[in-house]
Amino acid sequence: MTDTANLQPRRLNRPTFGALGRFAYQQPVGAASFVVIVVMLLAGILAPWVSPYDALAVDYGALLSPPSLDHLAGTDAFGRDVFSRIIHGARTAMIIGLSSAFLGCTGGAILGAASAFFGGRVDAAIQRFVDILLAFPLVVLALVVVAILGRNPVFGIDISLIFAIAIPIVPQVSRVIRAAALTVQAMPYIDAARTAGYSNSRIILRHMAPNLVTPYLIMLTAYIAQAILLEATLSFLGLGVAEPTPAWGLMLSGNAQDFFLTAPWLVIFPGIAISLAVIAFNLFGDALRDYLDPRLKQ
Amino acid sequence: MNGPAPELLRVEDLSVEFGGRLRAVDGVGFTVKAGETLAVVGESGSGKSVTALSLMRLLPEGVGRYASGRVSFDGKDLLDLSPGEMEKLRGQDIAMIFQEPMTSLNPILTIGFQIMEPLRIHLGLTGAQARARAVELLGLVGISDAERRLDQYPHQFSGGMRQRVMIAIGLACDPKLIIADEPTTALDVTIQAQILELMKDLSRRLDIALILITHNLGIVARYADRVAVMYAARIVESGTAEAVFARPRHPYTMGLLRSVPRLDRARQTRLATIEGLPPDLANAPSGCRFAPRCPFAIASCAEPPHLSETDTGGLSACHRWEEIAAGTIREVPAEPAPARLLAADGPKEIMRLEKLSKTFEVGRGIGRKPGIVRAVEQVSLSVGEGETLGLVGESGCGKSTLGRLILGLEEPTSGTIAFEGKDITAAPPAERRRLRRDIQVIFQDPFSSLNPRMTVGSIVEEPLKVYGLRKGARARGERVRELLDQVGLRADMAERYPHQLSGGQRQRVGIARALAMEPRFIVCDEAVSALDVSIQGQIINLLERLQAELGLTFLFIAHDLAVVRHISTRVAVMYLGRVMEIADRDAIYAEPLHPYTKVLLDAAPVPDPEIEKTRAPRIVNGDLPSPLSPPPGCVFHTRCPIATEECRGIIPEPREIRPGHFAACIKVEAQP
Amino acid sequence: MTGYIARRLLMMIPTLLGVAILTFFMLRVVPGDVVQVKLMADGGMVSPEAIEAERVRLGLDHSLTVQFLDWMRGIFTLDFGNSMWTGRPVAAEIASRFLVTFQAALMATIIAVFIAVPLGTVSALYRGTVLDYVVRVITIGGLALPSFWIGMLVLLCLLRYAHWLPPISYISPTEDPWGNFTQMIWPSMVVGYRFSAVLARLIRSSLLDVLNEDYIRTARAKGVPARTVIWLHALKNALLPAVTVVGLEFAFLIGGLVVTEQVFNLNGVGKLFIQAVEHHDFTMIQGLVMMFAVIYVLANLIVDLIYAAIDPRIRYR
Repeated sequence: MTDTANLQPRRLNRPTFGALGRFAYQQPVGAASFVVIVVMLLAGILAPWVSPYDALAVDYGALLSPPSLDHLAGTDAFGRDVFSRIIHGARTAMIIGLSSAFLGCTGGAILGAASAFFGGRVDAAIQRFVDILLAFPLVVLALVVVAILGRNPVFGIDISLIFAIAIPIVPQVSRVIRAAALTVQAMPYIDAARTAGYSNSRIILRHMAPNLVTPYLIMLTAYIAQAILLEATLSFLGLGVAEPTPAWGLMLSGNAQDFFLTAPWLVIFPGIAISLAVIAFNLFGDALRDYLDPRLKQ
Repeated sequence: MNGPAPELLRVEDLSVEFGGRLRAVDGVGFTVKAGETLAVVGESGSGKSVTALSLMRLLPEGVGRYASGRVSFDGKDLLDLSPGEMEKLRGQDIAMIFQEPMTSLNPILTIGFQIMEPLRIHLGLTGAQARARAVELLGLVGISDAERRLDQYPHQFSGGMRQRVMIAIGLACDPKLIIADEPTTALDVTIQAQILELMKDLSRRLDIALILITHNLGIVARYADRVAVMYAARIVESGTAEAVFARPRHPYTMGLLRSVPRLDRARQTRLATIEGLPPDLANAPSGCRFAPRCPFAIASCAEPPHLSETDTGGLSACHRWEEIAAGTIREVPAEPAPARLLAADGPKEIMRLEKLSKTFEVGRGIGRKPGIVRAVEQVSLSVGEGETLGLVGESGCGKSTLGRLILGLEEPTSGTIAFEGKDITAAPPAERRRLRRDIQVIFQDPFSSLNPRMTVGSIVEEPLKVYGLRKGARARGERVRELLDQVGLRADMAERYPHQLSGGQRQRVGIARALAMEPRFIVCDEAVSALDVSIQGQIINLLERLQAELGLTFLFIAHDLAVVRHISTRVAVMYLGRVMEIADRDAIYAEPLHPYTKVLLDAAPVPDPEIEKTRAPRIVNGDLPSPLSPPPGCVFHTRCPIATEECRGIIPEPREIRPGHFAACIKVEAQP
Repeated sequence: MTGYIARRLLMMIPTLLGVAILTFFMLRVVPGDVVQVKLMADGGMVSPEAIEAERVRLGLDHSLTVQFLDWMRGIFTLDFGNSMWTGRPVAAEIASRFLVTFQAALMATIIAVFIAVPLGTVSALYRGTVLDYVVRVITIGGLALPSFWIGMLVLLCLLRYAHWLPPISYISPTEDPWGNFTQMIWPSMVVGYRFSAVLARLIRSSLLDVLNEDYIRTARAKGVPARTVIWLHALKNALLPAVTVVGLEFAFLIGGLVVTEQVFNLNGVGKLFIQAVEHHDFTMIQGLVMMFAVIYVLANLIVDLIYAAIDPRIRYR
């Protein structure tokens, strides 16, 4: 045991340029993942302009050609440029990941907060419902929703898919937010607000909600990673994004499996893209948690 | 004890650093002789607990660093020992007892295992031998039925019982020294007395030296042979208990002794306080650390003082101790207490509780019978306008629930609460809302009673806005400044968030928030319990001043009998949901009638060794019964020294024994 | 004890009933049913009469309530109906595939526990050191890398360097233990890796919490050697919350092996489920979902019973 170990002095020269700078200084890993996230978001937004080829353009002259200077990540069985498809895939991943995580977390947060605030029968009813949803494995629940909703593409984005990913998130988030809300509710400052005779809506909005923002944000970043992973999984199973829309999971399914011995780049690069995105959101979520809630920090 | 006892422990120039620069313990030195009791007193953050842990080399790994010092114990320097040698010493020669009995025992190991563990490790005892010794140890610490209890787990023991187990573990290998870090702070006063008497008795019988770390000056006066007073990581004064209490030679000690409310004295004056806050150890003043708060500070106090021997035979770290000893500088006498706005012919009644009861269901579930906790049972009280009714009792007696009922945070199961003659519980919602403004609260924990996401300004402003007490942002801002000023906070504090304030400042914000509603009745629920002595005095004085200025009525809920004596005009004592005794403040302390009140007053030590020597504390036996299954008849009969068979059958009603003095006991005779 | 289990089993009924109702009625909201999918697959145009006949054969012409009650009645006799796609009994279809999935889930769980306990412990004890960071990288990888991708990479390596191809059908462990082992070990390892990441992170944070507990300080103050403090006093407490995760993750694996079965060509319940979703095979989906839910609630019960056995604070109440 090192009884006499010394702790490194932290925050000796704390930079003064605001919360963002403080975050970057205290959480360098988190800041790095934030940069990765920003790059992916930009890639998604600017996909048509920054990708070297049209993601849908078929080139029979260059079927399954290995990575080269022309095709940085090679081409697939239709001669489509894999790198361009990965950049376009970022758009799909970000839209579906962000929107379904937002939908699921917000729905879960509202459900959890309502459950905690109203208590009694409302709480019991919501918790039974959540129990039922929790009995489904994540993928199974998503697939059941897919089976129920079918496909509803709007501007190339499958609304059903967003719900399929969002719904399994709801019960999990609601559990966490309910617990957090119960903790907040037991705080003496809530009692003080009740003693002051404030209305329920004021207590909820002004006194409880701001104290639930931190756990909500932490859950949101964590579930963006989950949502991206789930989208890739569903697309891989052929039940998510449909061809020819470029999506990372989709690029790993179908003929990628037939050719991957001879053309391993078909498997390697989209997988790296998925992993990078999920890792970035995971690490960013961890860093955000440590930064916003120092009590959880180990 | 006869003959000079040999020196057992000598600490010299011990310094412990945290995070590289912060010195939590700075050049501390003291000695402990075999068999004696040394008390280390100080407020939170003074470094007393870190000192205790560092003697045992138990500082959290990688956090604390020994910057300097020697700790000689029995001829060895503890700081030079290898980790393995240190392990051999811990638990065998030096044992330690901690503050939190509820969390200090491993929940998944049996009590027996945990007591036998040091016996096995240090003495090499085998199963049967170790068990026999464990049974003996449990007997020694007063736990009956030892054989059976050895196989139980910690959760089957009460807090007091767990602390006894901790003592048994400490005693296991016949140590020469036991370090007890706030051993009774988490316990009720009757249990505190049991545990401390036990420790003192064992220390005498087995000739074990004791280092008692505490913030409670009463405990020091009752149990310590010698005292070391710590302030801001340093020892400022040490000496025999008699000398330090009777003839303090350091202004901090003097201030501390004067700012403690006294259980044994009728109140005439305002509490003396030590103004200001202890320094931040990361940038402590280079000279005397107490100088910024010291009424006697002079220019030379910028030089660091050294501990020098004084006329009392002790040590003082004050440049001016000789002047203090000579009596040439003395404290300003405390101001008289503010006059109270009490009507001449007794106060007008403002609050009346009639047969108020509250029960809770616990452990409800499918196919399970819920248990019923009778938190408040048939309580009738009346509070006069402008007075302070003190409500005392041990944990679980229902005093906080009573406060919550009055505040409308809980609905009563039966009974009525009348405020100015109107029943609050039966009032229509609009009426209730209006009445609520008149009844406000100040909570115990200043850390959690303020919304961390709101600034001080918006916390105080909110009621003004909601109730339209001031129209327009400018008028409200003016009023917020006024309120902050009233509670002794600077106007610029309005911009800050609660986490940027100290505990005392936060409590002041809590008071300002309550005042913003312009209430007439304030429930103070353990409002000063979480604060250090010097800060506690400031807040008590503030509350008294506000009461006098604004004509407020207080219901002052507390477990500290001395604080209640100081602040209250009348006192009610509760036990297991029922009121045992109500009387005028001085009457209840001078001539308590109910046996429970007597026990309670006996159990609480007074910060004066002379008085403590003459008192033979009457120790009440046993634990508080569970409120889930209160005893039949008089709820106190299981622990009552004068209970007879009759007490099991009769629930005593409070009777007026003397004018204005009620007691709920059938054994108390009516007096003229 | 028996009374407690009986009560717990009773408490499962509302949850399972909820799952049944939810699945059944939500599925019927779907536009298009199995009949269309099935008959269309046979090739192009089908007459409305043929569709109607098929619907009558499958009982789809009855009202939803009647269909539901029929189904529920069947369940109580363990008859989950026949697959709308193959016509074979759902229970038989599931049973023939259950063993593969169960074996993979079990092996993955064992692998995960064996990896996670040392990893989590080491990273907590050496917090902030290189070792901790290495473990963090490993666990983040487990959480973030899609298991189907790892599976494909593993297969790629096996094909390239060992010239091994996953067998088409399940090799029974009783007939050819070694063949079964080589078939199952790779998918189990891929799934076990992800599982171990979840578990290792939990154990790390739980152990760090426990090491800060007062009773650890008490143990040190008693002079208990550092090693014993960790193994006896800390680790036992720290592993308690891991029991829940192991139990529930195992239950989820039964349904969650969908992707891995696809990659490694295992004919388990996950693959069956995918097919059922693709075919709109309602009875099969319902049957599988019910099975997943039963396994989940049973796993919950078992976890609670284990707690009652190992944690003295918890008793059947």
